Amino acid sequence: MKNIQWFHWAAPQTFYPLAGKLWGPFAVAAALLALAALWLGFFVAPTDFQQGEGYRIIFVHVPASWMSMVIYLAMAFWAFLGFSFNTRLSGMMAQALAPTGALFTFLSLWTGALWGKPMWGAWWVWDARLTSELILFFLYMGYIALTSAIDDPRRADKAGGLLALVGAVNVPIIYFSVKWWNTLHQGASVSITKGSSMAQTMLWAMLLMALAFWAYAIAMAFYRVRSIILERERHTRWAQELAA
Amino acid sequence: MNAFVAVLQRDVRLAMRRKSEVLTALFFFVVVGTLFPLGIGPELVVLRKIAPGVLWIGALLASLLSLGRLFSADFQDGTLEQMALSSTPLPVLVGAKILAHWLLSGLPLAVLAPVLALQFDLDAGATQVLVLSLLLGTPLLSLIGAAGAALTLGVRGGEVLLSLLVLPLYIPTLVFGAGAVEAQISGISYAAHLSVLLAMLLLAAFFSPWLCSAGLRIALE
Repeated sequence: MKNIQWFHWAAPQTFYPLAGKLWGPFAVAAALLALAALWLGFFVAPTDFQQGEGYRIIFVHVPASWMSMVIYLAMAFWAFLGFSFNTRLSGMMAQALAPTGALFTFLSLWTGALWGKPMWGAWWVWDARLTSELILFFLYMGYIALTSAIDDPRRADKAGGLLALVGAVNVPIIYFSVKWWNTLHQGASVSITKGSSMAQTMLWAMLLMALAFWAYAIAMAFYRVRSIILERERHTRWAQELAA
Repeated sequence: MNAFVAVLQRDVRLAMRRKSEVLTALFFFVVVGTLFPLGIGPELVVLRKIAPGVLWIGALLASLLSLGRLFSADFQDGTLEQMALSSTPLPVLVGAKILAHWLLSGLPLAVLAPVLALQFDLDAGATQVLVLSLLLGTPLLSLIGAAGAALTLGVRGGEVLLSLLVLPLYIPTLVFGAGAVEAQISGISYAAHLSVLLAMLLLAAFFSPWLCSAGLRIALE
């Protein structure tokens, strides 16, 4: 175990069966963890004395927001690896992650709106957090639009990778710019410091859901990357043998 | 340095031979600025309130208009390939092209802005800050936009894609540019906003030509 051959797995041909073996268990883990988290969140966790039952949406909302940012960083990480080592798989992984990231960003915005209506009395507030999450959604859409507009997959990987890296640098700038732009409307956003004062079961439900979302994102990325590998390697012998 | 000046002169001369392209973007800025009072109504209190944001968004869209042409003509006739092959580093040449783009699209907007500020009844102080913020902000728009133009070069539906990629990245410029004018109107110091704009401009001036050349090399492969 002294030196794991990392580059062995960087070849699409060897990664394809590995992803095939891994995506199933991750999907099952995601389903089980989500069920446990929902049970904890809906039946065990106590009703909040201020927000009533409506607060329970944060069990989906907060993990989805976390994942929306984590997946963007993961995309930038793969883009960086792709530029450093010129591995083909990196670009495929970045492209496989993007739709899941966009999905979580949308989920975060949607559940946030559902929570905001009863709590703040508005579907949408021009708060720094909401705005920067919306911009993150635009960045995901830009990445997906760019990579799907370019026919040559290698060029799509590189152009998308450059955009993902620029976006990753820009995300903190955008976050702080909108924060300073609108400091008056700092709504009651759930923060880590407030999280520690939550009831223990609430925290557990949220963490379990976060783990479920992690497992779901990994499973989906592996599942999608298998399709991308097959599509791009369709001219190779191993892919044709697999299909035959 | 000679190559930098040569590319700059060439791009400016080419644009001067076809003035209509430069003037179209300028008139677009004027027309957009005129539409807002017509759509919202002529109350001066409201107009004064929305002026910084509206004028900045107009400038932002106007500078976006000409971005698609920044590299495409040179890409089609092969000039860009020769630039990539030349002994002068590509970022230097790209920097010259970006500077030319700013001289032809950003600078005229800043010069024209006081006329539009009159339509929105901004006072002399606010107009001054508007021009200052545009002078610092429009080169930033050219620098960020050029990277997007390089990435979408020769791509299907490139123009629409370009705006989708670049507009979210323009947000910090818009926030601080319009913020500076708003600060002046409400009687707070605008220095902080302009400092942030300048800081972002310096950062972008350093990184953007390099990023653009990376994008152009991908397109030229």
